[in-house]
Amino acid sequence: MTVTEAQQRAYVAGQAADARVNLEIESEGMTLNLGPQHPATHGTLRIVAKLDGEQVVSCEPVMGYMHRGYEKLTEVRTYPQITTLINRIDWLGSFTNEVPFILAAEQLMEIEAPPRAQWIRTILFELGRIANIILFLGDMGVQLGALTPVFYAFRDREYVLNQIEAVTGGRFHPNFDRIGGLKDDLPKGWIDDTKAVMNKVRDFCDLLEELLLGNEIFESRTRGIGVIPGEVALGYGLTGANLRASGVDYDLRRDAPVPMAWNEVDWKVWTHPDGDSFARYWVRLQETREAAKIVDQLCDDIPAGPIMAKVPRIIKVPAGEAWVATENPLGEMGYYIVSKGDLGPFRVKIKSASFNNISIVPWVTRGVYVPDVITILASLYFILGDIDR
Amino acid sequence: MPPEDKTADEEVTDQQVEATDEAAEAEGHAEQTAEGSGDVDEAAAGTVAETPAEPAEPADPTSPASEDELRVGLLESMKEALGESLVGAHILDGKDLWIRVTSDAWRQAAEAARTRLGCSSFTFLSAIDWLPSPYGRSETSPFDPPPDKEQAQEAGFAGGETRFQLFMRVQNPERGFGITIKADVADPDAGVETIIPVYAGANWHERETWEMYGITFVGHPHLVHIYLPGAFEGNPLRKDFPLLAREVKPWPGIVDVEPMPDDGDGDDAESEATEGEEVSA
Repeated sequence: MTVTEAQQRAYVAGQAADARVNLEIESEGMTLNLGPQHPATHGTLRIVAKLDGEQVVSCEPVMGYMHRGYEKLTEVRTYPQITTLINRIDWLGSFTNEVPFILAAEQLMEIEAPPRAQWIRTILFELGRIANIILFLGDMGVQLGALTPVFYAFRDREYVLNQIEAVTGGRFHPNFDRIGGLKDDLPKGWIDDTKAVMNKVRDFCDLLEELLLGNEIFESRTRGIGVIPGEVALGYGLTGANLRASGVDYDLRRDAPVPMAWNEVDWKVWTHPDGDSFARYWVRLQETREAAKIVDQLCDDIPAGPIMAKVPRIIKVPAGEAWVATENPLGEMGYYIVSKGDLGPFRVKIKSASFNNISIVPWVTRGVYVPDVITILASLYFILGDIDR
Repeated sequence: MPPEDKTADEEVTDQQVEATDEAAEAEGHAEQTAEGSGDVDEAAAGTVAETPAEPAEPADPTSPASEDELRVGLLESMKEALGESLVGAHILDGKDLWIRVTSDAWRQAAEAARTRLGCSSFTFLSAIDWLPSPYGRSETSPFDPPPDKEQAQEAGFAGGETRFQLFMRVQNPERGFGITIKADVADPDAGVETIIPVYAGANWHERETWEMYGITFVGHPHLVHIYLPGAFEGNPLRKDFPLLAREVKPWPGIVDVEPMPDDGDGDDAESEATEGEEVSA
């Protein structure tokens, strides 16, 4: 394969642009480039940190290596085609991406999924959350030098993914939610299997608690590291466990009225007053347990009935605007749909959780030591696809 | 859709302000109506239901009919803070509130939302390009008519006159409500004032909006590309920016919007007919 002159020029221009980024930041001290390819960045997030000795003076995340332009693409697709795209935003909890979009479209069409569909949606949503957060719980250990937890995490996540696959046919990208309901009903025997898996999830949580939370090294490396006060967290638009770990008691599952089944069962929103990396880990661990509890209770009494509402075969969404957000594993994820009554939306603003959550990195890493940057990034927990969209 | 008659709007807004003053004198937070002070007593007595305007008068774009007490109250509070800068509102009962302000009052509106409504949590900031796409929907459906280049521009909730419109969403985590604030941007290059001093989280959102729509944020400390390479030219989310992949190759997903086999031979009229039909899947 020959390299054309244009390609060569583009390469040189790219190198020059990189150099400029470094020059802008490097006035004195040392500039450390973390990524784009680095195990601690879960993808291609690049962190340009200016150091003074071992301490970070300023730190600037550089994004866009994975920008796929979903907001532009949604404008040329029909509503049912868009769920395929948005599955790939937060790829560890794909089903949870579909739900707010479908709910927003349903709000515009003024239809509501039948109760059975709502319950199954909620179950799959929580399974998506568990599959997502399990990986965080294991991965956080790896970032801090504890290799064992991640093996358990991958092992136990597989049980959850199997359950998702049994219903939807896809481990990672279910593409299962439809405007007006769901594609299909639950398979036979699935409820019992799921309950068994929930027991495994609880065991996993106990195991991780023993492995990490009681560990002296883990505690000393997370306690008091990356403290975010609640006020600051709100101003930066942090959501999800990151916000609750700063003591703000806000969970959209409980506080936002959407036609889902969370309010039908008994569970608790956990918060932690400290706002440090340890608190963020602890809150997510509790949330995994709560999610398992939600799934268990929902499985017990799924209402009977259809899984699809009556919808036209060719879906045209009436003109209007709708914003619907749900509490996704990474935080609040929402879609602002502007419809003009066509087969596809006129404009979709995708508000992903990680984009807001990571925007606090320059603030929170100021003055910390280099290894703590890794701790903070890991504890804020982001998925690159959720930042870059 | 609120009326677009500008002079009528202005007249009504003037009346509104008078009404607000009188009402404020009377009770502090009285419900205001388009007719003036006639209903102040009733409002002060605690009635929150919107008094319907006289049929002869145009509906006031800043007082949408609504039975949602919470959101009517929020709207009144924003009106008090912003006065004539608030030029449009829309309420979806029990769900949502939209307000539209002038671009000069953009930052003021953010401050008012934060201090008066307690919306301490910043959700997002972005823009809408209301220009009807000159490329249509990139021929998504063979049944769609070819793009009409002369199409009139339509505004969304809470109205709007310009092509570009900024919108942001903030929410109150304690009481669990959110509000969408919009502002018309007449000149994207002149832009609007940054709201970073109010919501620190707006920093990256403003960079993204600048990059994707070319709207400048005056006072932003670091307005550079966030996703695209530094040398990228153009603003990709503007409607007149072509999606090249679609222009050079037909979209295979077109198959999805073809009529189902049992619908007949699938000409345009046929698909229109089946569309209204309610079918259970």
